[in-house]
Amino acid sequence: SQQVRGMATLKMISIRLKSVKNIQKITQSMKMVSAAKYTKAERELKLARPYGIGAQEFYKKAEVKDEEGEKGQLIIAVSSDRGLCGAVHSSIGRIVKTDIAANPNTKVVIVGDKVRNILQRLYAKNIAMVVTEVGRKPAVFGDAALVAQSIINSGIEFSKGKILFNAFRTVVSFRTTEMPLYSQNAVANASKLPVYDSLDSDVIQPYTEFSLASLLFYSMKENATSEQSSRMTAMDNASKNAGEMIDKLTMTFNRTRQAVITRELIEIISGAAALETKN
Amino acid sequence: MERMALTRSALRLFSGRFTQACQVRGYADAPSMSLTFAAPSQVLYNNISVKQIDVPSFSGSFGILPAHVPTLAVLKPGVVTVFENDGSTKKFFVSSGTVTINEDSTVQLLAEEAVPVDTLDISAAKELLAQSQSQLASASSEVAKAEAEISIEVSEALVKACE
Repeated sequence: SQQVRGMATLKMISIRLKSVKNIQKITQSMKMVSAAKYTKAERELKLARPYGIGAQEFYKKAEVKDEEGEKGQLIIAVSSDRGLCGAVHSSIGRIVKTDIAANPNTKVVIVGDKVRNILQRLYAKNIAMVVTEVGRKPAVFGDAALVAQSIINSGIEFSKGKILFNAFRTVVSFRTTEMPLYSQNAVANASKLPVYDSLDSDVIQPYTEFSLASLLFYSMKENATSEQSSRMTAMDNASKNAGEMIDKLTMTFNRTRQAVITRELIEIISGAAALETKN
Repeated sequence: MERMALTRSALRLFSGRFTQACQVRGYADAPSMSLTFAAPSQVLYNNISVKQIDVPSFSGSFGILPAHVPTLAVLKPGVVTVFENDGSTKKFFVSSGTVTINEDSTVQLLAEEAVPVDTLDISAAKELLAQSQSQLASASSEVAKAEAEISIEVSEALVKACE
């Protein structure tokens, strides 16, 4: 019975060893894939940064402030559909939750399934719109324009707004950041707006609409780069952990194998010894 | 107040052609203008000091010089001409976008698409124009008509830019 148990344990260990080795292969290949996607995303982000920063300049220089009013808050939470990328989605979800708790009159436009899953349970009625099929291919301006158009068409009104996304810092770090969003009224009432020559709603409306699409595009690009670098790190850690487990399991396997052999030898020798003493 | 508005629009009208002559304020040395001209997927100028920028906008085409009055404008399909400090001129075709001129003479020109004019192919542009015109003819809904009209406007500007 000891012998049988030893054999069974050996089989179990070897099954576990095989499965952990497979997992390590998968995480290593996921790491390679996200490394390639990260390189591309970072290159595109570098080209998009002057555009994104330029799009924010007017609001800073004109000292636009949030509208005084009770129309509530709009949060556009930018993330993606896919997981296994570390803290990317959960950090966004956490901040949205604290914001809604502080200001219940908040509407959220969610870009990406993962954040929807986080918010669905408790804050389903704050969710105004969800955008899916995000993250599979790199974002282009047309995607951001589509989202911006849907937001405009839905007629959401807000006094205070922000875009929440993960700004890319380095390969190993990202920062959850927010970009302020201003309604047309807020722009029209900006303290420095009179400095700007001959403006009317004919110019302000298309300007703010294009601005929304541009800011959304920029946040998508930043978020994509953060996501890929985070996934690369996560998969790298997973491969390392799997490697450690494989080492430990291999040790256990070899020890168990040697124990089984020793037991067999003992039984054979004691059997032979018993026969000899009988004789 | 009215005089101010008149001077301001006069500045705007003539700033492309008559430079120092119409400047009400006189500067000892020409103030600089920092241009950021970018599209979502490319950077053409990033905080570069330039002499003059001519932009096509829905409120009229105008030239931007240092100390231009702050304003916002929406770009029309057309050619943006950048006069650089060393005297060279570069032309770009833009499809749409916005231009912001701030108080501190920084200019942000954000175009949805911007390409150097010498990369345009006139035969392809004429073909696009013909296509958009037939699209307009066969358009049924208001949205389709509007889209076709936009397409015609862009292709006409493209053909004009190539000539």
